[in-house]
Amino acid sequence: MNNENKLKFSDDALALAQRMIKRYPEGKQKSALIPLLHVAQAEFGGWLSSDAMDYVASLLDITSIEVYEVASFYSMFNLKPVGKCVIEVCHTGPCWLLGSDDIVKYIEKKLSIKAGQTTADGMFTLKTVECLASCGTAPMMQIGDTYHENLTLSKVDDIIHECKATVVDHVTHWSKKEIK
Amino acid sequence: MGRKLLTENINVPGIQSLDVYRQHGGYEGLKIALGMSPDAIVEEVKKSGLRGRGGAGFPTGMKWSFLAKPDGVPRHLVCNADESEPGTFKDRYMMERIPHLLIEGMAIGSFALGANTSYIYIRGELLYVFHILQKAIDDAYAAGLLGKNIMGSGFDFDLHVHCGAGAYICGEETALIESLEGKRGNPRIKPPFPAIQGLWQRPTVVNNVESVMAVVPIVKMGGDEYAKIGVGKSTGTKLISACGHINKPGVYEIELGLPVEEFIYSDEYCGGIRNGKALKAVVAGGSSVPILPKDLILKLSNGEPRLMTYESLSDGGFITGTMLGSGGFIVMDEDTSVVKNLYTFSRFYHHESCGQCSPCREGTGWMEKILHKILDGHGTLEDVDLLWDIQSKIEGKTICPLGEAAAWPVASAIRHFRSEFEEYVKNPSSIKKDNHYYRLNNISPEVA
Repeated sequence: MNNENKLKFSDDALALAQRMIKRYPEGKQKSALIPLLHVAQAEFGGWLSSDAMDYVASLLDITSIEVYEVASFYSMFNLKPVGKCVIEVCHTGPCWLLGSDDIVKYIEKKLSIKAGQTTADGMFTLKTVECLASCGTAPMMQIGDTYHENLTLSKVDDIIHECKATVVDHVTHWSKKEIK
Repeated sequence: MGRKLLTENINVPGIQSLDVYRQHGGYEGLKIALGMSPDAIVEEVKKSGLRGRGGAGFPTGMKWSFLAKPDGVPRHLVCNADESEPGTFKDRYMMERIPHLLIEGMAIGSFALGANTSYIYIRGELLYVFHILQKAIDDAYAAGLLGKNIMGSGFDFDLHVHCGAGAYICGEETALIESLEGKRGNPRIKPPFPAIQGLWQRPTVVNNVESVMAVVPIVKMGGDEYAKIGVGKSTGTKLISACGHINKPGVYEIELGLPVEEFIYSDEYCGGIRNGKALKAVVAGGSSVPILPKDLILKLSNGEPRLMTYESLSDGGFITGTMLGSGGFIVMDEDTSVVKNLYTFSRFYHHESCGQCSPCREGTGWMEKILHKILDGHGTLEDVDLLWDIQSKIEGKTICPLGEAAAWPVASAIRHFRSEFEEYVKNPSSIKKDNHYYRLNNISPEVA
């Protein structure tokens, strides 16, 4: 598998990965695994294929299984392709108290998909997620690295309209922003 | 009006920036600390009575004094910024608005512990806060507040921010350490404690964001002065994240000892229950702590007012009390279904169980399914007893406290609201259907 691996980070992303690895002591480079998986997910279309994970393993000089077992543990890593715009609606207690279930139902109807699914045009994936530490501004949803808070149905309309108008790749900040 | 030690300058325009932070006394605490001996700083923190603000309430100074200091082995201070407890959003609020307070606290704490490299572990979803912290760290390096020989003290200190990727369990300190080592967030069996073998098997202290920040005013004012605020062993101020059916949700810094009733109804804090409704119940310290009905949260069993302190909130044990926990204060009005709220919590713990211990891995799922069955109108009275039985067999039988955190909400909901469960079972038509359309733009339910 590794021999056929054609995936590679862009120069910027590779430089970022190298800087991240240097944050940890020599020999402890595995600590950079989660940050590097974030970069990989941003670089490779919003999800982690086994090729992408093998590539990260090669960067850190660890085995592929060490990457798979981590990638499958954390909820932010997508192991299947997702839409260009991933809508994550919090549905834990404090958001539920203020109507998150209705937000989910509304988006499901609006996009004609159920939570967990992606629209046929590959534009939107809808997910329900657990508490995002935004309980005082509930209900809320996250798209990319943006928190949309104090949601109302008309706000949801505006946000989805905006997403369609400007295709925001959901984790681009990992590679575009300067991280020293 | 209570004293504000952490949020005093939170509304100053530009306080996020290094310049404005310094104009308002920023990094003066670090300057004082660097002029003290490390042991003297630990002593001040001990005297302050500061207790861990992440939820467990363990005395911070004592935790620091346990740190092993073998020759030639680096030590680390790790800040737990994995804030994920439902109902809690204080750390996010603080890091976003006043990031340098955390950096200053990390520098003081690391100097006191003799740690030359420290890490802030922030939950991955807070990527935008990660960038705010990174910018603040970069500015602090440029100003000589981080790096070699900080403030000319001879102390070298590197600080890095590290992000997780979505796992509540990583708020447990040994799971956090595992995650920081690039592994699954499976809690470790203790002992050895992190103070002896933590990050990369080195002596490590893990402290919550608010605890680290509180060290700054403690160094500035002295531990004795800090300890004068509060009641008994609940000293100082505490950030409370208030949410749910209240008029003014938000983060409030209170002096420990404030009556719960004043916190809920005073305009200075929550401002009472929204839409003129009556209070039904409160989860006072994040989703893990027992839910209490109105009468018990406002008053102790002897009729005295309940106070916002570690001791008063836990007065009566779990029969009539709860816990201060992380300060995630979730308020529910009279129309709330306690059973449905509990279902969202049980779903949460099932989702977040790391899967190492069978009682937690299996039990959280069973509890979620039984609650779903009841809410679906197919519950039986035996199901309520079965729920009670399952929770009692999780508590105390797991490596980490996620087991308890999953069990306590179930136990307390049945203890205090059993009649609601029974009503749902006997009369499924009484099961409340969610309807928040009055709030979400007055659109009629038919839309869905």
